[in-house]
Amino acid sequence: MATKGIVGGIIANMVTLKVDGPVAQNEICYIETGGDRLMSEVIKVVGENVYVQVFESTRGLKVGAEAEFTGHMLEVTLGPGMLSHNYDGLQNDLDKMTGVFLKRGEYTNPLDNERKWHFEPLVKVGDKVRSSAWLGKVEENYQPLKIMAPFRLEGEYEVKSIVPEGEYRIADTIATLVNAAGDEVAVNMIQRWPVKLAMTNYAEKPRPFKLLETGVRSIDTLNPIVEGGTGFIPGPFGTGKTVLQHAISKQAEADIVIIAACGERANEVVEIFTEFPELDDPHTGRKLMERTIIVANTSNMPVAAREASVYTAMTLAEYYRSMGLRVLLMADSTSRWAQALREMSNRMEELPGPDAFPMDISSIIANFYGRAGYVRLYNGEPGSITFIGTVSPAGGNLKEPVTENTKKVARCFYALEQERADRKRYPAINPIDSYSKYLDYPEFDEYICSRINGEWIGKVNELKTRLLRGKEIAEQINILGDDGVPVDYHITFWKSELIDFIVLQQDAFDEVDAVTPMERQETIVDRVIDICHTDFKFDTFLDVTDYFKKVINLCKQINYSEYKSDDYNKYEAELKSLLAERKTV
Amino acid sequence: MTTKAFQKIYTKISQITKATCSLKATGVGYDELAMIDGRLAQVVKIAGDEVTLQVFQGTNGIPTNAEVVFMGKAPTLKVSEQLSGRFFNAYGDPIDGGPAVEGEEVEIGGPSVNPVRRKQPSELIATGIAGIDLNNTLVSGQKIPFFADPDQPFNQVMATVAMRAKTDKIILGGMGMTNDDYLYFKNVFSNAGALDRIISFMNTTEDPAVERLLIPDMALTAAEYFAVQKNEKVLVLLSDMTSYADALAIVSNRMDQIPSKDSMPGSLYSDLAKIYEKAVQFPSGGSITIIAVTTLSGGDITHAVPDNTGYITEGQLFLRRDSDIGKVIVDPFRSLSRLKQLVNGKKTRGDHPQVMNAAVRLYADASNAKTKVENGFDLTDYDERTLAFAKDYSEKLLAIDVNLDTTEMLDVTWGLFAKYFRPDEVNIKASLVEEYWPKD
Repeated sequence: MATKGIVGGIIANMVTLKVDGPVAQNEICYIETGGDRLMSEVIKVVGENVYVQVFESTRGLKVGAEAEFTGHMLEVTLGPGMLSHNYDGLQNDLDKMTGVFLKRGEYTNPLDNERKWHFEPLVKVGDKVRSSAWLGKVEENYQPLKIMAPFRLEGEYEVKSIVPEGEYRIADTIATLVNAAGDEVAVNMIQRWPVKLAMTNYAEKPRPFKLLETGVRSIDTLNPIVEGGTGFIPGPFGTGKTVLQHAISKQAEADIVIIAACGERANEVVEIFTEFPELDDPHTGRKLMERTIIVANTSNMPVAAREASVYTAMTLAEYYRSMGLRVLLMADSTSRWAQALREMSNRMEELPGPDAFPMDISSIIANFYGRAGYVRLYNGEPGSITFIGTVSPAGGNLKEPVTENTKKVARCFYALEQERADRKRYPAINPIDSYSKYLDYPEFDEYICSRINGEWIGKVNELKTRLLRGKEIAEQINILGDDGVPVDYHITFWKSELIDFIVLQQDAFDEVDAVTPMERQETIVDRVIDICHTDFKFDTFLDVTDYFKKVINLCKQINYSEYKSDDYNKYEAELKSLLAERKTV
Repeated sequence: MTTKAFQKIYTKISQITKATCSLKATGVGYDELAMIDGRLAQVVKIAGDEVTLQVFQGTNGIPTNAEVVFMGKAPTLKVSEQLSGRFFNAYGDPIDGGPAVEGEEVEIGGPSVNPVRRKQPSELIATGIAGIDLNNTLVSGQKIPFFADPDQPFNQVMATVAMRAKTDKIILGGMGMTNDDYLYFKNVFSNAGALDRIISFMNTTEDPAVERLLIPDMALTAAEYFAVQKNEKVLVLLSDMTSYADALAIVSNRMDQIPSKDSMPGSLYSDLAKIYEKAVQFPSGGSITIIAVTTLSGGDITHAVPDNTGYITEGQLFLRRDSDIGKVIVDPFRSLSRLKQLVNGKKTRGDHPQVMNAAVRLYADASNAKTKVENGFDLTDYDERTLAFAKDYSEKLLAIDVNLDTTEMLDVTWGLFAKYFRPDEVNIKASLVEEYWPKD
C-alpha cells in the first residue's frame, strides 16, 4: 500500500507532512487540496515528519490535507514524439493544456499514445542484448530514432520475439526479452528515467575532439567548443547572453537541440516558439523546430519546478545520446536554478554557504556538467551532449559562487563584458579573458588540421596575442596621449582593431553576417592576418587612423556580402588597391 | 469587509513582532486573509496549529487579546468597467470618495500565462522621445524599468510616456510615492482629459510600508481583466519598485529568514519576476505593458534590486543629466530595450537598426575624446567633430523634451552624420548610405 501523509505545516512552497509509512528522499507525492493534486518532492526527512517542496502554488492549502506517495522519484517519460514539443519543467506538454493561464494541478501526457510509428527491427530472434541496446528504429521529423532495450535491464538477455516492420503505437509491445534465469521482459517504445540520476549506459567517455560549428566567429575561430564539450557564458544583464545563446542554438551543427529556459523571461521563449518553426536548419534545410525541444520554466512559474527543469532537459538529452545522436543542450540560466536551490535551502533553515547559497552548490554544479560529454556506446557508435549554460552573476561580478564553481567544471568560458556591450561591439565576448581548453587538446589539433589546415591553431594564437598587444597599447595611448607613442604603436593598435571589427564583431541580425561557415571564417582570418603581416608606411598617427578606418569599412562590407558574390569580389578588389597604396616593400 | 455569522473568532495571540502576529488556529488556508483588530493580515506561515499572520498596517497597538477572524480567501479585487477613472488604496478600496466597485471578485496574484499561449510582441509604442523610440524602442507586452536616482525626473518622463502612448487603459501602481508625486500624476491625467482611462492603486509614503506588497498584484489583476476580457492594450506604471523590495525585506526579516545580498530576501528574483512577467501580448490583441521605476542609490546598479530587475525586465532606461546641454537625456550607453529588434526596421524604416548603432558608436567615440580632453591631450580633427556631433545629437535627439516621430528621428540623425562625418566614417552598409545620405 502506498504511503500516505497529512499536511502539518506550510511556508510558501515548503510543506511538512506527517507520514504513516516508508518514504524515500526525492520521492514524489501528490497533495490534495480543493480538488487539485499538487505534485511535490521529498527534500528532507526528520522522523515521521517529511519536508516536501511543492511544484505549484500552495495558496489555500490547509493543515490536515492528505498526500499520497508514488514510490518513485521525479521521472520523465521518454519515447518517440517529443521533438518540436514545448514542455514545462516537469515535462508537461504545454500545448495540451487548455486555457490561457496555467492551471494548478494540471498534468499532461508528454507523449502521444495514439500516434502510429513506422517501426523497423534492428535485431532478430536469438540476438543477445543488454540494457540500451538498439532493438529497432522509427523516424521522427527525419531523425532516425532508436527504440532501445529498457535502461534498467541488468545483465544479458536474449531476444525471444520481435515484431516485423510495420506501424505501432508507443505502448504496443514490440519485443520480448528473456534472460538465462527465464525472466521475461516485454518491451514497448516508452522508457522512464528519474531525472536526478545520470544515465551511464555507455562503454566509455573519451576526450572530445570534434569541432561543433556554431557560425559565430568569436567562438569557432577564437575559442572553439567541441561535440560533447561544456561551456558557459557568464555576463551582466544587457550584454547579449540570450542573443548569443539563440544564435548558437540556431546555427550549431547538432542533430537535436534542447533548450532549457530556466527561470528566464517568457517572451524569450515565445521568440523561440515563433521563430524556430519558420527558420531553416542551415545544415539540413529542414525547419529548426523539427530538431528542437523546449523545456520552459519561465521566471514566473513555480520555483521548485525550475530546479527540476534543468534535470528534465538533461535527461531528455541523455536519451537521445543513447541513440548515437549529437545533442546540444542550452540552459539559460543556471544561476536561476541555483537561486531556486537557495530559496529552498533558506526555507529549510539550513546553515548558508557563500552568498546564502547551499553549501553543496559546487558539487551540484559539477555533477550536472559531468552528465554532458562525448561517449562511445556499447555498440561502438559515438554520441554526444554538448552543454552550454549561461550564468547571470549578481551585479556582473564574476567572483560569486555560481560563476566560480562553474568555472571549475566547464571547459569553455565565454566572458561577456559590459564595456564591449556599451560600445555595441557584439557579440560582447571578451577575447582576452575568454578561453577554450579544447585548443590545447592534441585530439582537437589533429582534427582541425585535417579540416582546415595545419597552421590553424598558430593563427588563432597569433590573433589572440595581437588582441592582447592592442589592448596594452590602447592603455598606453590613454596615458601618454596619441603623440606620446611612436606611429608604429598606432599601426599595431589598429591592426588589433581590425581583428576586433572583422573577426570578432558579428551582426546577429544581418542575414549574411549572422552565420559564418568555417571555410569562410578561414578566409576572413587569412585576410586579416595578411593585413597584419603587411608593413605600412605612415607619417603621422592621424594617417594611420584614417587609413585603417577605410580598411575596416571595406572588410566589413565583404563580411556583409554573400560569399564570392559580385559585391564580395568588388569589395575585395577595392581592398586590394587600398592596401597597395600604403604597402612598403 | 464585515464578518459573517458563525465565523470563528480567535482572541488569543501568542506572539507579536513589528510586522507579524502568531496565534493558534485550525482550518486555515495558506495565503488566506484575516482581520485582526480591524486590520487586514495575511497567512504567511502555518506550523501545525500555529498560524503566523503578516499584518499590513503594522502591529502597533495590537493587544494579545485582539479579535482575529479568518476570511477564508486570499486578497481579491472586484473587476469590472467601473474600475475606470477610479483611485484605490492597496486593498482595492476607493480613496476618491466614490462608491465601491461592483463586479466579479477575483483573487489577486493569480496564475501565470501559459508561455505557448503568448504571442510575440510586435507593436511599437511610440513616445516621441528619441532617446526611447530611436535607441530603445518600446514594444507592447514589454516590461521595462527606469533606473534612476531619486532626484531625477522619472515620474515626469513616465507621465509623458503614458500620455503619448496609444493605449486603452493606464494603470498606475504607486508604492511609497510621495503625496506630491501622486498629486502630480493626478493633475497630469486630469489636465490631459484622460482620467476615464486611468486606474490608480496608491500607497503613499504616509501609508504603512507593508501594504505596498499588495499594490503590484492589485494593479496587474485589474490589467489582466482589461487585457483578457476586453482585449484592451493596457499600460501599467509601477513606481517605485525599490520601495516594494524594501517592504519584502522588512517582512522577511521579521520572519527570521536568512537574508542574501544587500539584506534582501533570497526569493527576491522570483518575487519580482512574478510581477514583471505579467507583461504579455495575447493573440487576441489585448496586452499588458509594464513601465516601472527602480530607484538607485548613487547610481549603483549592482545592488540586489536593480540587479535582479535587470535580469527579469526586457531592458532598462537610464536618465542622466548631460552637462553639455544642461538637460536630462536618456543615456544611450546604459539604456537598452531588448525587444527593439522586433520592431526596428520592421515597423519603422529599414535603416533604423544601422543608423541607431552608428550614432551610438560615434557618441562613444566622443566620450573617448572627452577623456582625452580631461587628461590634457590634443584632440584630432576627428575627435573635434565627434564632440560637436555628440552635443548636437544630445540636444536634438537624446533630450527628454524631444517629440518627433521615428522617421523624423532617422532623418535628423542622417543630417547630423552628413554635417560632421564622411560616409566611410559611419560604418553603415553602403546601400543604405546611398539611399539616405543627404544629397545637397
